[in-house]
Amino acid sequence: MTELVQQLINGLSLGSIYALIALGYTMVYGVLKLINFAHSEVFMMGSYFGFFTAVGLGIEHYESIGQTFPLYYAFVVLIAAMAGAALLGVTIELLAYRPLRNAPRLAPLITAIGVSLFLQNLATLIFTPNPRRYPAIIREVRYELGGVVVTNIKIAILVVAIALMAGLHLLVQKTWTGKAMRALSVNLDAARLMGVNTNRVISSTFAIGSALAAAGGILFGLDQLTIKPTMGVLTGLKAFVAAVLGGIGNIPGAAVGGLLIGVAEQLTAGYLSPDYRDAITFVILIGILLFKPEGLLGVVRPEKV
Amino acid sequence: MRRKTVVVAAAIVSLVASLAFTFGCKNGGGSQNGPGGSGGGNQTGEIVIGHYASMTGDTAHFGQDTDKAVRLAVEEVNAQGGIKGRRVKLVTLDTRGDATEAANAVTRLIDVEHVSAIIGEVASTLSLAGGRVAQRRGIPMVSPSSTNPAVTAIGNNVFRVCFIDPFQGTVMAKFARENLRLTKVAIIKDVRSDYSIGLAENFRRAFTQRGGQVVAEQSYSAGDTDFSAQLTAIRDSGAEAIFVPGYYGEVGAIAVTKQRLGINVPLLGGDGWDAPDLFRIGGAALEGSFYSNHFAPDAASDRARRFISAFQRRFGSEPTGLGALGYDAAMVLFEAMRRAQSVTPATIREGLTATRNFEGVTGRITINAQRDADKSAVVLRIRGGRAVYETTVQP
Amino acid sequence: MKWLLRAAVAAAIVGALWGLSYVLHEHVIEYVVRIAMLCGMNIILAVGLNLINGTTGQFSIGHAGFMAVGAYTTAYVCTQLAPEVAGVLGTGFLPDAVVFNVGLIAGAALAAATGVVVGVPSLRLKGDYLAIVTLGFGEIIRLLLTNAEFLGGATGFSGDNPTGLSPYTNVFWVFLWVVIVIVVIRNVTFSQTGRSLEAISEDEIAAEAMGTPTTRLKVVAFTLSAAAAGIAGGLFAHLQGSVRPDDFKFDRSIDMIVMIIVGGLGSITGAVIGGIFVGVTLELMRDLSEYRLVLYSLLLVIIMLVRPQGVLGKRELSFSRLFPKKAAKPARAAGDEKP
Repeated sequence: MTELVQQLINGLSLGSIYALIALGYTMVYGVLKLINFAHSEVFMMGSYFGFFTAVGLGIEHYESIGQTFPLYYAFVVLIAAMAGAALLGVTIELLAYRPLRNAPRLAPLITAIGVSLFLQNLATLIFTPNPRRYPAIIREVRYELGGVVVTNIKIAILVVAIALMAGLHLLVQKTWTGKAMRALSVNLDAARLMGVNTNRVISSTFAIGSALAAAGGILFGLDQLTIKPTMGVLTGLKAFVAAVLGGIGNIPGAAVGGLLIGVAEQLTAGYLSPDYRDAITFVILIGILLFKPEGLLGVVRPEKV
Repeated sequence: MRRKTVVVAAAIVSLVASLAFTFGCKNGGGSQNGPGGSGGGNQTGEIVIGHYASMTGDTAHFGQDTDKAVRLAVEEVNAQGGIKGRRVKLVTLDTRGDATEAANAVTRLIDVEHVSAIIGEVASTLSLAGGRVAQRRGIPMVSPSSTNPAVTAIGNNVFRVCFIDPFQGTVMAKFARENLRLTKVAIIKDVRSDYSIGLAENFRRAFTQRGGQVVAEQSYSAGDTDFSAQLTAIRDSGAEAIFVPGYYGEVGAIAVTKQRLGINVPLLGGDGWDAPDLFRIGGAALEGSFYSNHFAPDAASDRARRFISAFQRRFGSEPTGLGALGYDAAMVLFEAMRRAQSVTPATIREGLTATRNFEGVTGRITINAQRDADKSAVVLRIRGGRAVYETTVQP
Repeated sequence: MKWLLRAAVAAAIVGALWGLSYVLHEHVIEYVVRIAMLCGMNIILAVGLNLINGTTGQFSIGHAGFMAVGAYTTAYVCTQLAPEVAGVLGTGFLPDAVVFNVGLIAGAALAAATGVVVGVPSLRLKGDYLAIVTLGFGEIIRLLLTNAEFLGGATGFSGDNPTGLSPYTNVFWVFLWVVIVIVVIRNVTFSQTGRSLEAISEDEIAAEAMGTPTTRLKVVAFTLSAAAAGIAGGLFAHLQGSVRPDDFKFDRSIDMIVMIIVGGLGSITGAVIGGIFVGVTLELMRDLSEYRLVLYSLLLVIIMLVRPQGVLGKRELSFSRLFPKKAAKPARAAGDEKP
């Protein structure tokens, strides 16, 4: 029982990271019908931005004298990384996707793959390929409740993830930009005809999605301890599956999908075999698609000629 | 309709033929070293040696660490006047960690660069891919750090300067059973790495043979970053130590997760642990753990100390175990060239076969009949954030 | 009379390929020959994938899985089953060429069967679902192979011989299969079936309304394309000398997509060009050392920005296009631009 609870807690914290990344996939797909392969690398870069901001703020000094990194510094790290990633996301969209807006639908897919490869290899060159230990921007405290170990980091991950997702929900439901995003995802051309500045809305979509991925990147570093330039590949793939699972284009769906995949993965690893932890993600995916192709929370939109 | 098919076929045929001829006619063509065909056996000018390594991709740190040390070795030998008065030229080709590219790279080293000998790879699966080409083409290859027995079984052209999995797995089992007097041990292995699988298997065999018990066996895949499921499962198994034959990135994370979960048993491991980054990642969680290695920096021979300081001067960082092996691979190769009458692939191969008691950075190296290196292993204990010498285990 | 002509053409092609193979293996350095063979495999992969992704407009992004099925099957047949058959018939009874091609066909058949299994449920659906199912499928195949002890697990499968799988793959077999795959796919593309496939890609619902059996045709196209990937896998196995699960990672599927889109989606000649592009570019960039992947990825982005429709677009290079005087009725060349 304690083991089950333990695995669930670990699964939820991993899942909330997937969820944060999945949101970016689903938002971009919703608006542009594009699988943004570069998103996993934005996640990776966001994680590195956080790393270097923390180093710039002198975290190594705090660690060496055994002092706690001030909490507001931790927020600075988070905000800086999110801002950096948002800028990166917008730039990618501007340079690699916008010129292809009227091109065949699959052309931006190749530029997405190209940008993804580019960022990954650029990171290998600049940051070196060595895995790096993520600085402890939050000092770890362990709580033990009846054999179940919970750290404040796991709690912080959940809190930050939930706060960000709630913020996103408000943004999408209550603000003008959010309304415009929803309009674009229904029909981009119609939205443009109604006077929506589509390019600006698309840019904001990329900015928000990338910022969330960067937050995911920092939480990932805190949770998993090491980061490296190729960290985005598998994590990104799983986050994408999470987005599909929840119903691609559907924002709450991405959150649910992420949590589900995180928990399923952890339970498989713990009870079945870790050999199948990656496979389970895809098995769930195929299962869902066969029985409920629109995803868990997706809505069937009738296709018309 | 028919005609078009013929045209398509003819177009492909002529395209392939013309491309192939433009880029690589045998005897000449792209060759800068003049006639010499694929043998690389010309007796004047530079001696060209090739190194194929993962300079990019997921395992780029393996390739880059090794390549630095090989380059250092080449620079040193050239500073001493080269071999038989000839400069040594190093050509490094990237494999991206991909077996197809590894075979491409070795073929290119032989055909285009006309190398006399080849160094590479770190990963056993890539050494197998490259080694098969080297064997077929008769060019000697020295793998610095591929520990899978199958690598040198390819044939008489493939050598290595590291010990092999069965030995290393046995070393740790012997140490755990006889020195630490443990009876129950858990294992976490990397199922995507044959190195890790091999070590785990041999550890289990040797440990149970000596009366120990493996109480839990868990696994992960290289690149995984979350190990809490495996460790949670091990927590209640009663293990007195956990054998983790993986690479330092994952090992460091496993150590920290272990601490987070409140599991207070030491970790045991192999040479994949050996990197300065291990301590940066694992930190205090690694205290009291042990791993087997090729050499102990604190109990190092003069030779090893010279290498460490030269490496630090040249690259501004400490060498890793992979670096030390890369350096030894190059030095064993140069020694074999010196011994040979002339520098041809065949004589280098003979020279390598005759390597006896070579004083390397990672210990005394003797190439045995299986073309593997007979050498002892050391066990290091992690104390105060660094690895200190514990004991030596003979083969 | 007509079949006689066809037989003559076929014989001429086989003869030309045999000559090509002889000349290359005897007179050209192995490095170049090896790259040429890898390009040939890329062409098979790209032409096959193009049928489903380009002509039919259904997006598969897990074709490396079918390649893996073909590769492992061929390797298994050639190393495990062939010796047993030889044991019954007596050694020397089965020439290597027969063993190898039986292996390749078995690989293609199993890849095709897997294609049916994957395709039937997912191709009933419209939209990007095939993409996502094939993505999952490709990863699952790889993970299953990693855990399959009898196929060597993560270390890979190379038979019992320490030097690996027999090097059956040579220029002749690679390019014979290139020609076979191109001819088959070309004939399908320009047949009535091909027209229907194109109709599906233009507007699936309209095609269905016109009475086109869309699901069945999509499955046919998908299966053919899986079979082609299986052939390429088998050829790859016996060139490389071993097959590992990691040879068929997601990156490999991505490579295939790059081939068909760079060449021009929907064009067979475009797929050929794309296959050669992917096979050659990274090798030509070797001197750039660790910078080559950065530059390769930039090159991809630039190509797509400059030519979003790919090098050829939907057009085909053909005899009649190169020499318009002949005025052979172009089967399709004129219909390339959409109205």
